[in-house]
Amino acid sequence: MNSHPDTAPDWQKAVFNVLKAGGVQQIAYVPDAGHSHVIRSAIADPDITDVVLTTEEEGVALCSGAWLGGQRAVLLMQSSGVGNCVNMFSLLQSADLPFFTLVTMRGEYAEFNPWQSPMGQATQAALELMGIQVLRAAKPEEVGEIVSAGFDAAFEAGAKVAVLLGQELIGRKKWERK
Amino acid sequence: MNRKQLTARADRRAFVAQLIAATPEALIVSGLGSASYDVFASGDRDKNYYLWGAMGGATSLGLGLALAQPDKPVVVITGDGEQLMGIGSLATIAAKQPSNLTIVVLDNGHFGETGMQQSHSSLGTDLVAVAKGFGIADAFSVDSTAASAEIAQGINARQGTRFVQVFIAADEPERALPPRDGPYIKNRFRAALGLKPF
Repeated sequence: MNSHPDTAPDWQKAVFNVLKAGGVQQIAYVPDAGHSHVIRSAIADPDITDVVLTTEEEGVALCSGAWLGGQRAVLLMQSSGVGNCVNMFSLLQSADLPFFTLVTMRGEYAEFNPWQSPMGQATQAALELMGIQVLRAAKPEEVGEIVSAGFDAAFEAGAKVAVLLGQELIGRKKWERK
Repeated sequence: MNRKQLTARADRRAFVAQLIAATPEALIVSGLGSASYDVFASGDRDKNYYLWGAMGGATSLGLGLALAQPDKPVVVITGDGEQLMGIGSLATIAAKQPSNLTIVVLDNGHFGETGMQQSHSSLGTDLVAVAKGFGIADAFSVDSTAASAEIAQGINARQGTRFVQVFIAADEPERALPPRDGPYIKNRFRAALGLKPF
């Protein structure tokens, strides 16, 4: 595993740059390899509080509390976590709160583990069923722009937005450990 | 310990009313159901955020708020059933230890809103032990209305994350229904903090 931030892919750096430039002060997450640079950067940044969650729906409530208190917060999760959030998403609609989440996808591209497929293939529909706008980035060069567009819709227009980060960005997972 | 044998119990309405009266600066988040009714019954405040849903989310919402407003005391007032659904949030809170966050669980050992079915906290779960196990060292239980005074002092002092289990009687006071209009409550709460609409 790469652990030095400078070795992170450019698209992951672009994600953090959008959050940092946008004044995000809380980053909540259930980890995923695709979020690793943003998580490391959040931990290292004295102006950002990183919050590791036991389950993703905590992050929906935490981001709502942050907004009530005047801060911008974002939730990082893997596609499987979207299923854990479904009822908690009702908080966003009920109070009309802005919401921004970044979802790394599994179960959709060269997936080795069939247990990832049911939730991965239902992720976009589950978000949309709960009233969350879905954007998708699949190519490294488009990540920064799409994340920025979703971020602005959330915090400038009060939208509830998820950006799905396609599994092809992360590439094929190596299952053999040597 | 068998909690069914406990006889001393706080009066939930009086406890909450005294607690809030002694913490005028507190930002209060109430969990759905009876806890929201208790908070509203003690007098509506702009700095109250009543939940009517999002079960299991009260303490996580309180954490986000406490991190965003470190100079203000934040109090989550919720019930045992609501807390149990979001029990992992206590680990998340323990990992951050916001000094301005107090969690008050009004524990009657039952799901009051749905017909008084027994909850885990009267079937063997010790919520204080759970909170301590997750890493909230300042966790304890009380069983009297008068204990609200000491808890209020702790809230105002903002000197550490605290978890308080309040044993209350399993009665059902008359419902006192706070506004259900989420945007109204949100905007009122933010305005009380001097925050502007986007």
